Amino acid sequence: MTASTESLDRPGVIHARPVRHPGRWLGVAIIAIIVAMLISSLVTNPLWDFGYTFQIMQQKSVIEGLWLGTLLGTVGSMLIGVVLGVILAIMRLSDNPVLRGAAFVYIWFFRSMPRYVLLAVLATGVGYLYNQLDVGVPFGKQLSGAVGLSSDLTFFSFRWDDFSSTVWIGILALGLSEAAYMAEIARAGILSVDKGQAEAAQALGMSSGLAMRRVILPQAMRVIVPPTGNETIAMVKDTSLFIAANIITELFYQTTLFGSRSFKIIPGLMAATLWYLIVCSVLMVGQSYLEKYFGRGYGAVPKKTQQKIMKIEADH
Amino acid sequence: MATSNAARTGEAPLVRAVNVMKSFHGNQVLKGIDMDVHRGEVVCLLGPSGSGKTTFLRCINQLETIDGGRIWVDGELMGYDDRGGTLYRLNNKRIAAQRRDIGMCFQRFNLFPHKTVLENVMEAPIQVKGENKAEVEKRALDLLAKVGLADKPSAYPGQLSGGQQQRVAIARALCMQPKLMLFDEPTSALDPELVGEVLTTMRELAETGMTMIVVTHEMAFARDVADRVVFMDGGVVVEQGHPKDVINNPQHPRTQTFLRRMATEQHQPIPEVLPVVDGTAADIL
Repeated sequence: MTASTESLDRPGVIHARPVRHPGRWLGVAIIAIIVAMLISSLVTNPLWDFGYTFQIMQQKSVIEGLWLGTLLGTVGSMLIGVVLGVILAIMRLSDNPVLRGAAFVYIWFFRSMPRYVLLAVLATGVGYLYNQLDVGVPFGKQLSGAVGLSSDLTFFSFRWDDFSSTVWIGILALGLSEAAYMAEIARAGILSVDKGQAEAAQALGMSSGLAMRRVILPQAMRVIVPPTGNETIAMVKDTSLFIAANIITELFYQTTLFGSRSFKIIPGLMAATLWYLIVCSVLMVGQSYLEKYFGRGYGAVPKKTQQKIMKIEADH
Repeated sequence: MATSNAARTGEAPLVRAVNVMKSFHGNQVLKGIDMDVHRGEVVCLLGPSGSGKTTFLRCINQLETIDGGRIWVDGELMGYDDRGGTLYRLNNKRIAAQRRDIGMCFQRFNLFPHKTVLENVMEAPIQVKGENKAEVEKRALDLLAKVGLADKPSAYPGQLSGGQQQRVAIARALCMQPKLMLFDEPTSALDPELVGEVLTTMRELAETGMTMIVVTHEMAFARDVADRVVFMDGGVVVEQGHPKDVINNPQHPRTQTFLRRMATEQHQPIPEVLPVVDGTAADIL
């Protein structure tokens, strides 16, 4: 009896009018107009020529440029960049002042050097200075001449021109440049790991190297991976600079070649754009998986671990 | 129960510290500490914050480098090679090797958050000592059962309570089969209701005959478990002896003041402010 009178006096379930969002509707209207304009252009202007765009995208030389130029270039230069970058970061955080200084100078130089210029320098500049590279003892020729040795103390030599316009020189140039940026990213990651982690590792008898490899770096990865994903996606696009090193097995050069040869410029450019969109979308998905992997132990339990827990509990 | 581990006098001490000195930026924290800890002995270091007890503990396994004096653990001079009176600093590899036989538990547990409980415990024996994985796993699961966490091997540290994390940290240190265990305020970062489970684990460990040096503010633990308590203040050892003598009948006025304050604090617990750990892992590697 009291309950029914109370339900009359006490406020019950809320049925309120929602807040109005006129701004949203205005936004929808503006976007709809822009999209309509775009579609109208695509449909009415025959110069877009999407049929030809798709044809270009499937050309053998374009696919080859995509795989052997753009993708191989990205993977190769990111590998150099990440490995060298982590080494540079550890050098910069080292107690050894010589290593610290060397890493600082490296990072300073390669961050100041535009990638386009760097590609040109490595591809043509080095070949201009040294047509043939000899790797051996410094002043080896002069030394052996002075003491009358038959060998000139050169271990091996190769002609720079032989690979100056291949993808390898592009990988080298972009990798060296990337290492400078990755060094700063890796340094931030290493610095983000709590000091107690290194102490715990040391107290267990781990050497600095082992502690870095097993304890510090895996935790630093959580901070390092997201910006590295961004760097990789940026690198996909920077491979279009390869032309500075006369590397023509590359997506952008190959697609625009078709465009300019046939005077159909937009299909050539669109073929490159669509390929870049596809590659970058795939990379973004991959990045989110990597983030989940290196974030383990911090957030929700991954499915695999849940299964492992259930298995162990079943075993007990 | 404490007397079961009483020091066997006459035997060489496991830890011998002579005139240990340490300064931080000109501020002398340890002013000549002498201390012998015998095998099987449980020693509690007491004293107000800033008295140097944690610093001394960290000096024993060389997380801090001492400026003066000598520390020997099991007859081995820590951190230096004594060649005919001249000391040569050991390189990092040999210092790491000296730490293998010394287990340490930290105030903030410092478990590896990217590894599961079992991986935390198994990491060092496999990576540092190169032991067989199957054997280590068996030992690790055994130790986890002993600290009451048999059901948590696949959990990540972040999914455990503070008390559980500290017990994992104890199992992790024990899996290296150390001769000596160091505890740096193992319960100070815990919620009051979780302190008991960690102290119980430590008490059980003491009963196995493990040599332990414990920096703590838990007077009841010190009184019941320790064979000896050492009261430090201002970087020197002020008073030491059997826990019942020192805690119930302190001789030195500074010990008396400290114990009186602890007694009132423990009746009206005051939340302890944790020291901020500044710097990161990279600073010490």
